[in-house]
Amino acid sequence: MQDDLSSGRVRKAPESFLDKDGIKTVFEQARHGRRDFIRSAFAAAAASAVVPAALAQANPVPNEGGDPHILNLPEHSKGLGQGVAANDGYGKPSKFEANVQRRQSPGLTQTTQASVSFAPLQSLFGIITPSGLHFERHHQGWWDIDPSKHRLMINGMVKANKVFTLDEIMRLPSVSRFHFIECGANTAVEWGNVAVPTVQYTHGMVSCSEFTGVPLITLLELAGADLKNGKFVLAEGADGSSMTRTIPMDLIKSGEVFVAYGQNGEMLRPEQGYPLRLIVPGVQGVSWVKYLRRLEVGDQPYAAKDEAVHYIDLQPGGLHRQYTSIQECKSVVTTPSGGQVLLDKGFYNITGLAWSGRGKVKRVDVSVDGGRNWRSARLEGTVQTKSLTRFNLDWVWGGKPAIIQSRATDETGYVQPTYQQLRAVRGTRSIYHNNAIQSWLVSESGEVKNVQVS
Amino acid sequence: MFRFRKAVLIAASLAVAGIASAQSTSKYPGVGRDATPKEVAAWDIDVRPDFKGLPAGSGSVAKGQDVWESKCASCHGIFGESGEVFSPLVGGTTAEDIKTGRVANLNATTYPGRTTLMKVSTLSTLWDYINRAMPWTAPKSLSTEEVYAVTAFLLNLGNIVPEDFVLSDKNIADVQKRMPNRNGMTTQHALWSGNEFGTSKIKPDTKNVACMKDCVAEAKVASFLPDYARNAHGNLAEQNRLVGAQHGADTTRPEAKPGAVAPAPGATATTAALQPAAAQAKPAAAPKAEASGADSKAALALAQKYSCTACHGVDKKIVGPSFQEIAKKHAGKVDYLVGKIKSGGSGVWGPIPMPAQSLSEAEAKTIGVWLASGAGK
Repeated sequence: MQDDLSSGRVRKAPESFLDKDGIKTVFEQARHGRRDFIRSAFAAAAASAVVPAALAQANPVPNEGGDPHILNLPEHSKGLGQGVAANDGYGKPSKFEANVQRRQSPGLTQTTQASVSFAPLQSLFGIITPSGLHFERHHQGWWDIDPSKHRLMINGMVKANKVFTLDEIMRLPSVSRFHFIECGANTAVEWGNVAVPTVQYTHGMVSCSEFTGVPLITLLELAGADLKNGKFVLAEGADGSSMTRTIPMDLIKSGEVFVAYGQNGEMLRPEQGYPLRLIVPGVQGVSWVKYLRRLEVGDQPYAAKDEAVHYIDLQPGGLHRQYTSIQECKSVVTTPSGGQVLLDKGFYNITGLAWSGRGKVKRVDVSVDGGRNWRSARLEGTVQTKSLTRFNLDWVWGGKPAIIQSRATDETGYVQPTYQQLRAVRGTRSIYHNNAIQSWLVSESGEVKNVQVS
Repeated sequence: MFRFRKAVLIAASLAVAGIASAQSTSKYPGVGRDATPKEVAAWDIDVRPDFKGLPAGSGSVAKGQDVWESKCASCHGIFGESGEVFSPLVGGTTAEDIKTGRVANLNATTYPGRTTLMKVSTLSTLWDYINRAMPWTAPKSLSTEEVYAVTAFLLNLGNIVPEDFVLSDKNIADVQKRMPNRNGMTTQHALWSGNEFGTSKIKPDTKNVACMKDCVAEAKVASFLPDYARNAHGNLAEQNRLVGAQHGADTTRPEAKPGAVAPAPGATATTAALQPAAAQAKPAAAPKAEASGADSKAALALAQKYSCTACHGVDKKIVGPSFQEIAKKHAGKVDYLVGKIKSGGSGVWGPIPMPAQSLSEAEAKTIGVWLASGAGK
């Protein structure tokens, strides 16, 4: 579906030498094909333009005949730069990137220890979340634990209760895999209506890393676990809350679940459970127990606090779904997204992220008219199972209001639902597992807003 | 030569086999060792819904009330009803719910919020969590009797057990039969990744189709943020990169009028005045230099370390007054503030008591000096 290029294509006047009426005239003339007028009106720009005359020019040539950032050589072209190993031997982002931060949502929680900080999805590229921008969710504060003193215990329905040091775990054959982690409550505030302005706050409780560690099945076999009758494994953290969650043995036996110490080429960050975290691909983040200290094999589920009081999904009629774990197929456009401004009419790359807790993303479709018509986006790189997948789609914005949506389909054939479909079965008070299609309204001013459509 | 080599090899393999048999038939010899019973006892604290793992013992409602008022009420309220810090624990359940095992208020969209007693179906969950994670600032510090007692007190607040009740490992399974929402859970859904609940054949509950053309009537915006919330999450211009296909909207100002398209980044000095705020946005400001001599960074770090911030915000009232309110009321009174931090108290700011804090004199003084000089960020 092509956008209407004939209306609203205007080359921006250098230095705004045309006033509002002038621009209006240019519009009119352009519409009637009066190219001559346009050429003369924009002579300065046209002289250096290599783009077709009808296209907008986002970076016009100034009146003085050249960009001062080109004409006047900057300091960094004329002086001596900085030496190696600055910043205490650990590189940091450019100071100009200081706006790219994880943030708390004002008023969401009363303490910082039982709280959330959201990843700035609007500013990220590709599928990897830089470790320092990975979303945080703590239940009782985070710790920086001495790895030489950390231990992992395996007990319950095993032949021998076992204890491992980090040294020992890191001796075992390891795997490195890309996986997304999404909090079960990601997008929770939007179940009933629009509540927050940007993709950071609507979807920023998802992140993706390459994790390195040892398949849990290897450790269970070392302990001689009863894999037939031991249907469940309790994972427990070493922090104050000693977070516990029940993990399905089927998933462990598949080899997918692993005990990770590595994240994006280095050790886990303390906020992510340094030195040991359980990786449960496709399952909500609360099961990825941090500061992992103990695994117990049992024949019944454990009804831990976060599977009997929280992380249960209220259904119409008053029943709660318990042990909801899988993060179903979901996607979101990250740019353009809420709180951003399109700088001008013209070309844009609509880009975003898709993921599924049931496997690979098969397809992502994008609509710019609120879901009436759709085009399939390009999936970037090798699509990996239970990982973020980046999608892109060319788009030319003609200046009219547009509602941008993305809709992912996974390899099981499951299609990401609309809000109407989700609410029809689960109501609006379910809190967890909101994977509805997100809508961004691009208004005529170029400003993008979070909206929900009927 | 050949013989000699072979003999060595046999000897070597025998030696290896000897070591291996001493360590069982592990595929990864030398990795991991057996845990001692003492080690397992120290860590294996979980209690399952069938009460496997529950230590023998008991605790009364009366004892629970004492523990509650000294260790729990400051966050959860005297009656477990407070929503100031965490979701309320008690409220919303009825005698009828205890009979049916289903909390009727969960089906009433008008009922505000959901308390723990409205939701929880398994009594083991309460015992286990109080035991492993409470109190908030000193987890695992309660004795077994105290855990039984606090659990009994909570159950009494919900009218599940009478005032003179003593909860124990002997009667806890009977109390489970009175839990108001004990029949309120289902595992029959498609969101568990395994077949342990026999649910592998259940299909996902939404069934969208990937229609491509003329799928819905023209979309209407049904929900959006009101104008007054425009800047509620801070200036969005400062939450986006300085360069990019899109910049952040300056939410300190009203939305630009249609057509007034922002100039491009990297525009010349003459257009600087027209630059969108995003392009001018300064990187996040460095912490302010402290004029008073108080070390705000150290004080705030200590406030975090000792979880003062669980109850006091810097400029926001939580359970207790904000640090800045305290600073205003007690400006310059370092000794008073240090004393108060160490001794705790109640009545100055309201009835909710502040427990005595166990930090060193020097640490208390760092916080006291900072408070006395205005509690700047």
